[in-house]
Amino acid sequence: MKRTVPLIIAIVAGFVLLIANFIPFAEDWGLTAQEWFNILAVGAMILGGGNLVKLHLMKISGQRKGWGYSVVTIGCFVGTLIFGLFKIGVHPNEIYPNVGWSGYYLEGGSGLWWIYQHMIVPLTSMMFAMLAFYVATAAFRAFRAKNTEATLLLVTAGVVLLGQTYAGVWLFEGWLPESMQWLRFDHLTEWVMNIPNTGGTRAITIGIALGVVATSLRILLGVDRSYLGQD
Amino acid sequence: MKKSHTFYIGVFVSLAYSGVASALSFETLPEPPMDLVVIDTPDDAGNSVELDWALSGTDIFNPLIENASDTDPSTIVATYSIERKVSDANGSELDESDLNWQKVSEAGAGESHWTDRTVERGWTYDYRICSVDNQGDSSTWCNGEPVTPVMQIFNMSKAWLAIFMLIFGGFIAYFINQARAGKPLWVRKIAGLEAIDEAVGRATEMGRPVLFVAGIQDINEIQTLAGLTVLSRVAKTAAEYGAQIEVPTCRSLVMAAARETVEAAYLSAGAPDAYQPDKIHYLTDEQFAFVAGVTGYMVREEPAACIYMGGFYAESLILAETGNHIGAIQVAGTAMPSQLPFFVASCDYTLIGEEFFAASAYLSGDPLQIGSLKGQDYGKFFSVLILVIGIFFASIISLSDSEDGLAVDSLNYINNNMLGSEGLGSFGGGDTDIEGDDS
Repeated sequence: MKRTVPLIIAIVAGFVLLIANFIPFAEDWGLTAQEWFNILAVGAMILGGGNLVKLHLMKISGQRKGWGYSVVTIGCFVGTLIFGLFKIGVHPNEIYPNVGWSGYYLEGGSGLWWIYQHMIVPLTSMMFAMLAFYVATAAFRAFRAKNTEATLLLVTAGVVLLGQTYAGVWLFEGWLPESMQWLRFDHLTEWVMNIPNTGGTRAITIGIALGVVATSLRILLGVDRSYLGQD
Repeated sequence: MKKSHTFYIGVFVSLAYSGVASALSFETLPEPPMDLVVIDTPDDAGNSVELDWALSGTDIFNPLIENASDTDPSTIVATYSIERKVSDANGSELDESDLNWQKVSEAGAGESHWTDRTVERGWTYDYRICSVDNQGDSSTWCNGEPVTPVMQIFNMSKAWLAIFMLIFGGFIAYFINQARAGKPLWVRKIAGLEAIDEAVGRATEMGRPVLFVAGIQDINEIQTLAGLTVLSRVAKTAAEYGAQIEVPTCRSLVMAAARETVEAAYLSAGAPDAYQPDKIHYLTDEQFAFVAGVTGYMVREEPAACIYMGGFYAESLILAETGNHIGAIQVAGTAMPSQLPFFVASCDYTLIGEEFFAASAYLSGDPLQIGSLKGQDYGKFFSVLILVIGIFFASIISLSDSEDGLAVDSLNYINNNMLGSEGLGSFGGGDTDIEGDDS
């Protein structure tokens, strides 16, 4: 029963969305299913938040390794929750000036807005900026000319890198004959991006699309139940 | 009649005539839009109507006007006013106002299309449109034919998609039946999936945990489901080997589903007591905060194996590079083409696109699921066949430099009908610009 009911829900919801794609009469069914999902997701947020608090409180009470981080996490969680729920710093809406909490929760200058603008945005940007360093280390490893394929990759990457900058034009200025202009890095980059790169990406995309259909059919037909914990 | 009277009457008549004439010659009304065409939106549930019109002669955005700067400024069209009335309510009771012309929308200058999504199925509507200048003066009305929106049973614009799905589904069903009948089906080895057992075994030997990340998408995404099917296998292997598994999630629903998956896997491995629900936990919905949490765990606990299976975005490289730095054996699988190069560069094994979706069937070893993989391969062959036909016709057109003929019609049909949204349509009816088409 614990597996059968979710399986039936998955199959019915899947077929409803499939039919809604082809039958105009049923097109609203898909939207309804999506609304149900959103309601479930909101409910599950409480589940997730509860789990987060529980785990970190256990870590703090057991004073396990790194429990100090858990204190920071719980502090931030509770602080943000209070600022958001009680709309601290939010002014009443002009239409309802006598209702204290009638303002928009992310109003400019409010507590939650300040947390978002001055803590979440910079921290997120910092994580994103770290990508540049990771790209450099990954590129260093990927572009080592260990074999023919890696050498080809290295050369192509070099051409594309230079072709994206002014160096791709400047290096060939003045000496390359007109008939050989296609050898300029910017032209080669354009060719690499438009022909082999697009072709390869499309091949992968077609494979993915077919994989999605096959996986969906396996789930819809109940052949694949492993996501429910069954082989 | 006296001669003097005749003179005065003549003067009066001539003055009156000249007044009317001058009024007519200085009339500053904008020109009306023309050729209003009203049609029921095709392939819908009968809940919308499409309106198209030719732009007014005093609309400066009208491409047919040769010298827009010569247009009298007082007649330049600012907006088009669209009115509607109900001429037949199909037996339903109507408000008096619905029977009279009512303004339903306004289109800006230069716009020649509007969709009315506020119609009732089965009712008959009349539409009319006029242009309005900046002074608020309106032109005469341009009327359209009455229209009755009706519901189509099937969305014919997706007819070819349905046909492809039936063919593809047919292949899969056929090979599932073949497998059920006991016919052995061969599937090539997927190194990334073979490596999962090796990775979990290594983690067991080293006494360190296995980290599994099912992407950052929610449970309604197919990639997350595919990731969970791999998690089922990883958890079962971990339970058999006695390894510890850690599953941080980016979505609450994924956490709930992953717990069910892992619990069932431990149960089927005969080690239900070893299952620790707290090891499958929620971190945050925020993309980079999630990455910070996971990479922090990786640096602190140094898992021996890191497995990433699901939908990833920019965080893929941060995760994979951190795993690489701590020396973990890494297996990744995703259907995000833009993230695949990062995983390939940083991980030991990567499941590329369809391999990732094949993982569940491959790992289960279930003949029914393997049959579906075989069907998938035949679907791929069918797609390649259409590609080759398209390339053949495109090459002929390119070499012969022709603009019409069988090859052009065939390529147009493939582009517009089979791969586009014109449905079954008629062969030779399309007019695609082949030179500029890169679809």
